[in-house]
Amino acid sequence: MELILFYIASAVAILATVFALTRSNAAHALIYLIVSLLAVAVIFFLLGAPFAAALEVVIYAGAIMVLFVFVIMMLNLGEEGDQRERQRMHPAVWIGPSILSAVLLIEMLLVIVKLDGPQTGALIGAKQVGLTLFGPYVLAVEIASMLLLAGLVGAYHVGRRFRLSEPAESSTGDSSEKGAKKSTDNQEQA
Amino acid sequence: MSDFWIIVFAISVMLGAVGGAAVATWFERRLLGLWQDRYGPNRIGPFGIGQVAADMIKLLTKHDWVPPFADKWVFIFAPTAIVVAMLLGFAVVPFGPGLQIIDLNIGLLFFLGMTSLAVYSVLLGGLASNNKYALLGGLRSAAQMVSYEVFMGLSLMGVVMLSGSFSMVDIVESQRDGWYCFSQFLGLFVFVIAAIAESHRLPFDLPEAEHELTAGFHTEYSGMKFAMFMLGEYLGLILISCMITTLFFGGWLAPFSLTFIPAIVWFSLKTFLVICFFILLRCAIPRPRYDQLMSLGWKIMLPITLINLVITGAVALWIAGA
Repeated sequence: MELILFYIASAVAILATVFALTRSNAAHALIYLIVSLLAVAVIFFLLGAPFAAALEVVIYAGAIMVLFVFVIMMLNLGEEGDQRERQRMHPAVWIGPSILSAVLLIEMLLVIVKLDGPQTGALIGAKQVGLTLFGPYVLAVEIASMLLLAGLVGAYHVGRRFRLSEPAESSTGDSSEKGAKKSTDNQEQA
Repeated sequence: MSDFWIIVFAISVMLGAVGGAAVATWFERRLLGLWQDRYGPNRIGPFGIGQVAADMIKLLTKHDWVPPFADKWVFIFAPTAIVVAMLLGFAVVPFGPGLQIIDLNIGLLFFLGMTSLAVYSVLLGGLASNNKYALLGGLRSAAQMVSYEVFMGLSLMGVVMLSGSFSMVDIVESQRDGWYCFSQFLGLFVFVIAAIAESHRLPFDLPEAEHELTAGFHTEYSGMKFAMFMLGEYLGLILISCMITTLFFGGWLAPFSLTFIPAIVWFSLKTFLVICFFILLRCAIPRPRYDQLMSLGWKIMLPITLINLVITGAVALWIAGA
């Protein structure tokens, strides 16, 4: 049962990723990317890591991709954007990435053949993840949070308005960008 | 429960939630009428309850139209996303002891994930409409949701710390010695405000602000697809009220050990009162400006949440140590 679900979720993830790469309309590509992330969350869940699955949905699909859509909306490319993208995606561009991903695919297949299918092992709950993160990997967590803090300060600096004569307006883009960084930061600490 | 009964239960929860959302539209208008000293819909059937059926017939028989300039498939997909996500959220709500579709050990995170996925409905609806008002509404909702999601999640971490679990059943059971609305009142305060912003209910309905953006993200929607957006909004209202009941008001637990009244009645009663509170907020508080909304979030709500987290953590450690 789990094996069938795993293969379905994997097929969805792969197909969605392929569509995400090949769509010329940015909004459609993003929707496929969101579907792909959700499929990966299902795979995490099936592999016995519900906490990772939940974070995948909450952070990647729920927060980071919202910002991607936000940027697409701000740019509002429309039909010209689609045409430019279509011109840019001629076959020659595909060759390099295709070879590289083919190498990865072969490697993956070898690993899968050796490991004998997906491992549906022990359940890893939130507690174990937390204990591992703030036990042996506490340094990595701290470094990551410092990095995010640097990003936050940088975003604040770029988004800051110098008060000359006009009253300060709110800038939505920056605040939401800070939001994403903050959210990932906070999720890690929480 | 066996598999069969779980499926029956799941279907009845779904029908109950959708029916509840439909009745909530009428109930809200009647209650608003009461508080604003007017009648509200009172013509069809006893107390005007037939208004629900009348509205439904009207919406369902309207021409199902997709504007020619819209992005057709995304336009059609957008309203379904919010309904599906909100209905999925009901899967982890414990209506009573054992009365739950699934007791996930990440129940709370599942709920947060579903509410954050519901955002896409508004976003994609605004984007696919190809209309400047819809686009502005969608943009606003993106910024609003992402900002308020941060401390919506964080405000619940105090509850998680005290109960030591993400599972809804464990959270309810751990409130036997005292509901979290007392020990986590800061968390409750922030969660209520974030929840209104997240479900874009009236004080924070900037994505659809009628006075500035015609109807915001659903300007181009009509008929059944518009009804789906409304259904999603009311489902969100009910889901969030269920969550507030579960997380802060002891879920199905009876107050003052009045256990002769069944658990499900207590749960429904508490949820009902929370819904009434949300409707009261709607008629009492005016809509803030967009930048006021943002600065309220980042400058007031976030610090309050962090202070609450630090204090809760310290007290929890102190109690565990003593």
